[in-house]
Amino acid sequence: MDILIVGVGGQGTLLASRVLGKYALENGYDVKLSEVHGMAQRGGSVMTYVRIGEKIASPIIDAGCADLVLAFEKLEALRYVHYLKPQGEVLYSTQEIMPMPVVTGAAEYPQGIEKKLRGTGVDALGLALQAGNAKAANSVMLGALCKKMGFDREKFESALLASIPQKTVEMNKKAFGLGYGAV
Amino acid sequence: MKKLLLGDFAVARGAWEAGVKVAAAYPGTPSTEITEELARYDDVYSEWSPNEKVALEVGIGASIRGARAIVSMKHVGLNVACDPLFTASYTGVGGGLVIAVADDPSVFSSQNEQDTRLTAVSAKVPVLEPSDSAEARDFAKLAFELSEKYDTPVILRLTTRVAHSQSLVELGEREEAPVRAYERNIPKYVMMPANARIKHVVVEERMKKMEEDANELCINRIEEGSKELGIICSGGVYQYVKEALPEASVLKLGMVYPLPYKLIEKFAKSVKRCIVAEELAPHIETLVKAAGIAVEGKNIFPLCGEFSANLIRVCVRGEKAEAKPAEVPARPPVLCAGCPHRGVFYVLSKLKLNVLGDIGCYTLGAVPPLGSMDAVVCMGASIGMTVGFDKADPEVHKHSVAVIGDSTFIHSGITGLIDAVYNKAPITVIILDNRTTGMTGHQNHPATGKTIKNEPTYELDLAEVCRAVGVQSVHTVDPGDLALLEKTVREELAKDEVSVIIAKKPCVLLTKKLYNGFRVNEKCKKCRACLKLGCPAIVNGKDGITIDVSLCTECGLCKSVCKFGAIEGEVK
Repeated sequence: MDILIVGVGGQGTLLASRVLGKYALENGYDVKLSEVHGMAQRGGSVMTYVRIGEKIASPIIDAGCADLVLAFEKLEALRYVHYLKPQGEVLYSTQEIMPMPVVTGAAEYPQGIEKKLRGTGVDALGLALQAGNAKAANSVMLGALCKKMGFDREKFESALLASIPQKTVEMNKKAFGLGYGAV
Repeated sequence: MKKLLLGDFAVARGAWEAGVKVAAAYPGTPSTEITEELARYDDVYSEWSPNEKVALEVGIGASIRGARAIVSMKHVGLNVACDPLFTASYTGVGGGLVIAVADDPSVFSSQNEQDTRLTAVSAKVPVLEPSDSAEARDFAKLAFELSEKYDTPVILRLTTRVAHSQSLVELGEREEAPVRAYERNIPKYVMMPANARIKHVVVEERMKKMEEDANELCINRIEEGSKELGIICSGGVYQYVKEALPEASVLKLGMVYPLPYKLIEKFAKSVKRCIVAEELAPHIETLVKAAGIAVEGKNIFPLCGEFSANLIRVCVRGEKAEAKPAEVPARPPVLCAGCPHRGVFYVLSKLKLNVLGDIGCYTLGAVPPLGSMDAVVCMGASIGMTVGFDKADPEVHKHSVAVIGDSTFIHSGITGLIDAVYNKAPITVIILDNRTTGMTGHQNHPATGKTIKNEPTYELDLAEVCRAVGVQSVHTVDPGDLALLEKTVREELAKDEVSVIIAKKPCVLLTKKLYNGFRVNEKCKKCRACLKLGCPAIVNGKDGITIDVSLCTECGLCKSVCKFGAIEGEVK
């Protein structure tokens, strides 16, 4: 299973990939994750590859090869949609974060992105605010991912809760549940 | 026990298992996590050094004294450490000395795409190259053995995809490597001409011996497949080859310098078509061809950027890649919402100054709308370049500044400042002191007053350093106070002497608070003044200007540039 996680640097895509890796490992699979650190993390477009299977060679996913694109932002979903296999789907947050060229007026945020994406949109920001804080949006998306992929909810949720600071457990648990229910 | 580990963590684990005693580094993506991880082990001394040269010198000293040592850096860091490297190659080692160097094909977070293997050839230092985390651990251990066996430093070369990918690693236990007995050895370690001449001969003999032994080295291996196609590869590229061409015969090189020519010749003869697949420079290809062995290589593969399984298929098989990306606006990285550097670049942009920049998050001051950067070359270069600007055009110091981060200033900016004072270049330097090494993920440095293990230590006072080298005019300002900052910059530019302005405010990511975010009220006249800040939290949408509460950190810059009181919220 090849999952591409995309978003805007700082949104918590690394946490998502690590939770997925932990879950897959606990289920006895070979796993490779590939991440982007450094310059690209500063509000730029970021992608993380998650590959799960019996035996994985390359840690990266090529265009046209992903089963799922998990997108933390709508424009980023569109940017990487060509990574999907013909039957692949996108699970995306409907949140819009304006890239700097849009802020400066050099470009426009594309309209009608939903129509170009095959898959499911989740109001991750809205649900995260409902759970307590905007920062919990990644847990909302992980809840949605868990449902979408038919993962074991209890195991997947505990993989998440083991990866976050203790004081945010309650909020993230709530966010996870809201995401799970949104798909 | 098997564990999912980042390549960098696996290097650390391998070094620890090999009994490493001393670890030194200057942070640099994608190598930083090696030393961060080693700092978690109590039985290893670890440090953030002021720069890579010092880090390697610490490693060399520990090695001469008989301990196993590892020094880690990114590819451009090795340039800084080249001076000790080239002569450590001559002295050889006491305890094993491993230099982990991470290259960055595709330039994810660097200023160039250089290939460490070429430096290693010049320095006459062997290079091992792992292809995943399991090998990163294994090769780190082997590197110490080879270092001691052949009396040489060994480079463990990683690339971003190996350093920053996670895969499964079988964990082992630590085997102590006791510090060797010490005896002064002048011919071996004192590199004055008479000794160096002799040692150069020893180095050449060593490399010949390693080249011969490489044919039998366990990490250089042939995986037999089709006789039609054979691929010579190493490192991360091996994984792409296995995925793209499962039927091909493969010669996997674990050691990429010196090369096992007999093994390569045997392999090349065994297949109809023999191709070297390597990212960046044609290092293996050039050496193999020079040895008279016919191979393909850069005639089909690119010289720039990282490879992938698809790229291998396209280049070797001539298959066409079908997937086309949608045309969407780019999303370049930007200074974070609440970044203390933003105020500085806002002022520099407003005053339309020439800005000689440096390496760090603040390189992003070059991105519109701030767009305040004339040149960025390497760590510490901003100050020297500003001196050069001034010497080329004596009027230029009135409208140009050097900007350099706190950690970068300590790394190699201080010498530039000494040059400015000594050679009477009346330049203005702004030290962006965000109290951390930001871009690489918040490492301590000498001016944070904390060691790598967060233990308190002497806190270097940057203002005192500047005064000590002869700068009379040193001012520390809060970059959140735009009016004061602008006034200070104007005043210092007008002076006919070297000035330093320390813009001091901690990186916003260090304050792990939850924010509510500011709001834009009905007084907004859509004048767009706040948009000039280039803050990613300020959104100019269909419904006018709003603030993205998921990003806003309540720093208050937008409030201070708004003339209409349209932004509400309490400054944190």
